[in-house]
Amino acid sequence: MKTDPKGVLTGVHYLDGDYACGEGAMAAGCRFVAGYPITPSTEVVERISRRFPFMGGTFIQMEDELASMAAVAGAAWTGTKSMTVTSGPGFSLMMENIGLAAMMETPCVVVNVQRGGPSTGLPTMVGQADMMQARWGSHGDYKVIAMSPQSPQEAFDLTIDAFNLAETYRVPVMFMMDECVGHMTEKVVIPDADEIDVVPRALSKKTPADYQPYAVNGRGVPEMVRAGDGYRFHTTGLTHDDRGYPEMSAERQQINVRRIMDKILLNVDDIVRIEEEDVDGAEVVVVAYGITARVARMGIDLARKQGVKVGFLRLVVVWPFPEKRIRELAAAVKAFVVPEINLGQMVLEVERCAAGQAKAVLVPHAGGGVHDPRVICDAIVEAAR
Amino acid sequence: MTDANRVEIRITGFGGQGVVLSGHIIGRACAVHAGKHATMIQSFGPEARGSACSTTVAISDTEVLYPYIGRPDVFIVMSAEGYDKYRDELKNDGTLIYEKDLVRPKIKDGQPSFGVASTRIAEGLGRAIVQNIVMLGFFAAVTKLVPQEAMREAVAKSVPDGTQELNLRAFDAGWDAFEEEYGNTAGAEKEAEEALVST
Repeated sequence: MKTDPKGVLTGVHYLDGDYACGEGAMAAGCRFVAGYPITPSTEVVERISRRFPFMGGTFIQMEDELASMAAVAGAAWTGTKSMTVTSGPGFSLMMENIGLAAMMETPCVVVNVQRGGPSTGLPTMVGQADMMQARWGSHGDYKVIAMSPQSPQEAFDLTIDAFNLAETYRVPVMFMMDECVGHMTEKVVIPDADEIDVVPRALSKKTPADYQPYAVNGRGVPEMVRAGDGYRFHTTGLTHDDRGYPEMSAERQQINVRRIMDKILLNVDDIVRIEEEDVDGAEVVVVAYGITARVARMGIDLARKQGVKVGFLRLVVVWPFPEKRIRELAAAVKAFVVPEINLGQMVLEVERCAAGQAKAVLVPHAGGGVHDPRVICDAIVEAAR
Repeated sequence: MTDANRVEIRITGFGGQGVVLSGHIIGRACAVHAGKHATMIQSFGPEARGSACSTTVAISDTEVLYPYIGRPDVFIVMSAEGYDKYRDELKNDGTLIYEKDLVRPKIKDGQPSFGVASTRIAEGLGRAIVQNIVMLGFFAAVTKLVPQEAMREAVAKSVPDGTQELNLRAFDAGWDAFEEEYGNTAGAEKEAEEALVST
């Protein structure tokens, strides 16, 4: 389905990543945003709150991040595409309700423009240290989707993709920007509305008598209804049966939790988005995401000048992790080099998937800046030895 | 960094002078109206209100992979405080462009330096607020880094509706100020250079 033209600011713009993310959300059909503005993500809601009145959208500045995430989960159940926007400290506060949204199978997008942490850390400076929190931050077993843009253009394009994945799999999608991409201004091309494909809410066509909120179809993703449309409606964070009513049993837990994991696990090939460059015949493959992916390419160029055969794999979708591909490459390369603006997060996943077949070398950066490409080059050269 | 055709610019002034808008207009002129790549970064923090404020632009014919600048090729200064904070950063052969009523630079050998009374010129046009656009016109004339028309288009697209005409006059006034003050010498220098090349 093509998107509603009211939300699409077609043209060639010069925008920062935050604004571009906001434009992406509106172009995707998002019409509800609740948030508690926080640096370096504030410009996303600034943009949206200014433009929403012209397309019938609602922005609420909430009292805190707990309420913001709760409002977004609630709004999604009215059939409205919904999003919240935050940075690390707010992301921590949202975790309880992100888990609730995952358990209720609520499609929504959570934008985290990452700054240096922990705690209040570096409010105005870059970090990529919430990547594991995106995957594991709430309690219990669940799976989400997370993606990481490398430019303002991608902040626009991938936000649309994030909404589409949220609708397709009925999951919260974590949009893991970083301060550098959020605050950098570059050319952003916004196409015509008739060139933007969006996934509409898959509303049940069953009669109210036949409808069961958590009865699954072939894909393992139940159909939704809108609250207030006359259907039986019950949803809860408690383990629940097909009717959405609590059922406290080991058997139901197995069915319920297994399914919210499997709907992602069994569709990994459809969800994973990676970009590869020159990985065939490479001795070393660099794995990176977000702003670090751009800086890493400079390190790769420098290493190639020293004669090292280097390939590159960019994680566009970070979770689910491209496990199968890393395992294949691990059999063929000496090492993976993983630069990231944290002290070792996604490198652990690379190491797990490489399973001893190839080294996984972290190039850490504690935050507040991006890597010096020469440091990445040195790590590549060293890893190739 | 490794990119030979890359040009780095720092603009500094005090909060309220339109420092960030100036960077935005240069970046937009390059990226949207002149077919180049341009990445702008603005400073964030308490300094963005009132005291020294700064923005950087990295321009290249190819994708800008590294968004931050090292030592700028061009340093545009609109306040004394900004000059003191960033002056040592300018490349040894970098170009200095400054508001000559507000900044008293220590001109260094090897760094071509150009001053303009952009605030007074803007006041002459009736609105001191367009000082930054006068400065952009002057910058465009000094460096010829971006085609004049691309800069004018970017100005027109970036300022509030209803102020385009005033801002374009400000841009042209800045451009003309360079022509008047330095035009002949610059031309003469160029001729001298060409003469050297031909012999």
